[in-house]
Amino acid sequence: MILVWLIAVPCIGALLAGISPRGRELRCRGVTIAAFAINLALTLALWIMHPAVLRLAGGGAWFAEFDRAWIPSLGIRFHLALDGLSLVLIALTNFLGLMAAAASWRDITEKVRFFHVNLLWMAAAVIGVFLAVDLFLFYSFWELMLVPLYFLIGIWGHEQRLYAAFKFFIFTQASSLLMLLSLLGLYFIHGRATGVYTFDYGALMGTALSPGTGMWLMLGFFVAFVIKLAAVPLHNWLPDAHTQAPTAGSVILAGLVLKVGAYGLIRFAVPLFPAASAQFAPVAMGMGVASILYGAILAFAQTDIKRLVAYTSVSHMGFVLLGVYAGSTVALQGAVMVMLAHGISTSALFILVGALSERIGTREMGRMGGLWAAAPRMSGSLLVFALASLGLPGFGNFVGEFLVLLGVFRMSAPLAAVAAVSLITAAIYSLWMFQRACHGPNSEGWVIPDLSGIEAAIMAGMISVTVWLGIYPGAVLNVTREALESLRPDITSAVSSKR
Amino acid sequence: MLSLLWLIPLLPLAGFLSIVLGGGRMRGSMVALIAVGVVGLSAAMAAAVAIRFIYLPPAGNSFTQTLWTWIPATGFMPEISLRLDALSLVMVTVITFVAFLILLYSAEFMGGDEGYARFFAWMDLFVASMLVLVLADNFLLLYLGWEGVGMCSFLLIGFWYRDSANARAARKAFIVTRIGDAAFVVALFLIFTHLGTLTIQEAAARASREWPVGSGLAVAAAALMLAAAVGKSAQLPLQTWLPDAMAGPTPVSALIHAATMVTAGVYLIARANAFFTLAPFVQWLVAVIGAVTLLLAAFAALVQCDIKRVLAYSTMSQVGYMFLALGVGAWSAAIFHFMVHAFFKSLLFLGAGAVIMALHEEHDIFAMGGLRRALPGTFWAFLIGAASLAALPVVTAGFYSKDLILLCDWTSKSGSVWLWAAGLAGAFLTAMYAFRLVFIVFFGELRTKPGRKPGFRMGAALAVLAFFSLSAGFIQIPPDIVNFSPLSELLETSLPRLSAVSVGTQTEALLQAVAGLAGLAGIFFAWFFFRHPALVERLVLTPLGSAFRRLWLEGWCFDRAYDALFVRPYIRLAEINKDDCIDLLNRTLARACESMHYLLIGTQNGRVRQYAAAVTLGAIVIIALMVLL
Repeated sequence: MILVWLIAVPCIGALLAGISPRGRELRCRGVTIAAFAINLALTLALWIMHPAVLRLAGGGAWFAEFDRAWIPSLGIRFHLALDGLSLVLIALTNFLGLMAAAASWRDITEKVRFFHVNLLWMAAAVIGVFLAVDLFLFYSFWELMLVPLYFLIGIWGHEQRLYAAFKFFIFTQASSLLMLLSLLGLYFIHGRATGVYTFDYGALMGTALSPGTGMWLMLGFFVAFVIKLAAVPLHNWLPDAHTQAPTAGSVILAGLVLKVGAYGLIRFAVPLFPAASAQFAPVAMGMGVASILYGAILAFAQTDIKRLVAYTSVSHMGFVLLGVYAGSTVALQGAVMVMLAHGISTSALFILVGALSERIGTREMGRMGGLWAAAPRMSGSLLVFALASLGLPGFGNFVGEFLVLLGVFRMSAPLAAVAAVSLITAAIYSLWMFQRACHGPNSEGWVIPDLSGIEAAIMAGMISVTVWLGIYPGAVLNVTREALESLRPDITSAVSSKR
Repeated sequence: MLSLLWLIPLLPLAGFLSIVLGGGRMRGSMVALIAVGVVGLSAAMAAAVAIRFIYLPPAGNSFTQTLWTWIPATGFMPEISLRLDALSLVMVTVITFVAFLILLYSAEFMGGDEGYARFFAWMDLFVASMLVLVLADNFLLLYLGWEGVGMCSFLLIGFWYRDSANARAARKAFIVTRIGDAAFVVALFLIFTHLGTLTIQEAAARASREWPVGSGLAVAAAALMLAAAVGKSAQLPLQTWLPDAMAGPTPVSALIHAATMVTAGVYLIARANAFFTLAPFVQWLVAVIGAVTLLLAAFAALVQCDIKRVLAYSTMSQVGYMFLALGVGAWSAAIFHFMVHAFFKSLLFLGAGAVIMALHEEHDIFAMGGLRRALPGTFWAFLIGAASLAALPVVTAGFYSKDLILLCDWTSKSGSVWLWAAGLAGAFLTAMYAFRLVFIVFFGELRTKPGRKPGFRMGAALAVLAFFSLSAGFIQIPPDIVNFSPLSELLETSLPRLSAVSVGTQTEALLQAVAGLAGLAGIFFAWFFFRHPALVERLVLTPLGSAFRRLWLEGWCFDRAYDALFVRPYIRLAEINKDDCIDLLNRTLARACESMHYLLIGTQNGRVRQYAAAVTLGAIVIIALMVLL
């Protein structure tokens, strides 16, 4: 039942925020923050209690389950289940939701109620995606994410918001269609073979597929997820959407939407089609390395600071793609660490960059400089997250990237060595960004207020979590271990068990 | 006592945290008290640990303390654990002690700077990272310290951030060393994948057991670590960042870019000596890189005009000596020179800092001169430092450490007369540029009237360092003088002995005499050129002379080459692709849809005549198709 609550709390919050009287914006903000806080507390309680593992059909290491019939005639069930992987991602969702709501305190002043409704709606849908183990239910939540995000970008975004929102919508919608086709294909093939028509994840897991069919169905899922993950060459929606979205929207996009894509790969694309995935792994890993380096070079080229941060996401998510397809548990654990650490560090960068450009009225780095003296706390936070994003040990990002590359090295040493070049390229863009904003002469004579109380609290929270992930990643690795070991895309054993 | 080992790096870290969290509200004197105090406590702890370690050695001559499992991943469990053995003991003692003196000096030197608290916060963080680096029991934790010191170096080079040149120097230092760091990471992957552990001792033992000498894996691992060391220690070909790093405040140059961080590469190679022993070719490369760097840097130091740049090139050159020692297997000799160098080079930097402060931020040595009378304390300190650097025989510490390296080059089984000759030529050049500095800055006529003189805290630091620059050599005296070598006896509990061909006492004495003479000759030439400036001028005005002068002034023009080969192409590549050529495809698709849209809209124009014409045309086409097909 707690799983239903995890989705219901933001929904109730959205309802309350929506009906809060006009002009009482404080109440609306309060409700949103309360909803996220309650949900975060629920998640952390689950995390700390670390419930015993349930064994469900189809394997896995689940902590909790909720299963009711929904559309029985088509074999569709309202089936939710939570394992370590979902747990940490839901914790991230609620944490970032809280941060996004707090960051919007001063940022969003128009259509406040509708904004918060969208924020909570988005969170509910994302949590649903992380919990659903019925593929139809999963697809429903997946589509539910699209609308609030479209509104968030299109209504509260920057100067080119409509272009960005439209581009985002078309990319995701096209990819969802591919996923729907694959999903139905799998449903019918499984139904015809066994006589049981079901969308249940556990049941569909062992479906026997001919290599050709398996590859096509896998590709449908893969494209859908990889577009959300924004891997090169399917990343082009990302820079526009991230740059044009309001701060909270960028936080949601970078922190959650990209993670949803990665989650889809880990949960569905690889385990449902192990043989096809094994065959496809070299291509996927190639895309991962390409994303890492191509994104880093593009990030360095940008003059718009927000766009720079957006491209760094392409680079970092390349590590996730690499980790998912490297075929070892260590790499997969690394991928999950990157997901969490990137979610926090990049969101924090978006909040900082948003706060900065709101104060000086431009995102052009050419007009910044010397802001350390004016805003030391803001600059210090920017420094911390720039360092985290260049993979400095002591921050969570390093742990993730290191584990991924360690896993990749075992499979292909040259590929890992090429990916390790990103240590240099990441240093280049991160330091460039930080120094462009905070070092050098303050040639335009900016005098800006430093971080406000709320902003300072947000940064304190986010810095603590990143450092905590960096020096004691055990908290995450221990709770996700069993889930990831059972989901392990162990490509060699998967191939042999199929034959 | 040993179980309190973790406090040694933790104390400076705590200092950093308390300054960062409370620095805005603290008074300057409070900040200095905390920052200097924690490092002082750390040094005291280190001293206590050292005494305990030397008089009551733990079992196996090492002590390991595991704090927690850092990354509990599947099949990969690096720990946060510290290891104290003779090597780390020497490093820790020298680092905390020198850092304490430099921080004490800084408390006065940095007085009145707007970033006073920021300076001390980062210095403390640096000390903590450096201690983690040398105390780490596994390569991953070592890498944490390694990157931590790099980050602090970046922050402190760019400390006076308002000047874009300083910011550029900071960035350059970090990025250039990161090239080595990337190699280091790959080395870690390789070691873990093939040896199954990152614990240094365990990995070294397994490598020695499982890898034959000269095997591909051993060569690769050693070469990658060499790349890392070369970056951090500013050796060829990644040396270009060090001269620019002098943009930081002088105490930073003393601590980070002379005494401690730049020797991290030396420490790494000494620590991982097993891998280098397994890869004789790479070890030979270490020696060659050291020899070439020490010569190139010494030539560059001869012509610099900025007092700190002379010292920067000198550091590069002296670290080259350490590499030369490592390359012939004289592990303890390298660490001995590290220790002595830490004393005399920080003394030189701090002396230079006192001069720079007295002359109101003047760095040009030709604007100095005649300061012997005006700043007598500084003069003596600097003179002692320079004498030690020039390896003035018998009385200075530098003589003993450099002499040992030269001797090892000669006697080591992997040594050669060429390496020895390079070291000897370097000794001559070193003495020459060191005393060129002394003569130009402190002798002759007074050019600029000095202002603020060093006070008690700066003076104390200079005095203590001067004392050690003279006396630190006495813990390792060559056997032909007095047989007294406690340092190498201590170090040989954790580092292999040099496998040397034995030479007679006479040869040894002869080699010492030659080395001593080389230094004296250098001092003589420095004096000669100082007394005959016209001669220097004529030399510089010859075409060859001016060409070399320019070449050396720019540090052999590496910067220019790298700029053309790597920096500008990368920037150009980024600029060309700023708008992301892949997006072009999407935009083209979108534009095609749009133009199609307008094309079709154009047909719907409400003109009946055109509609009729279209219908007729369509009918004709269809009929034609039916008839033809």
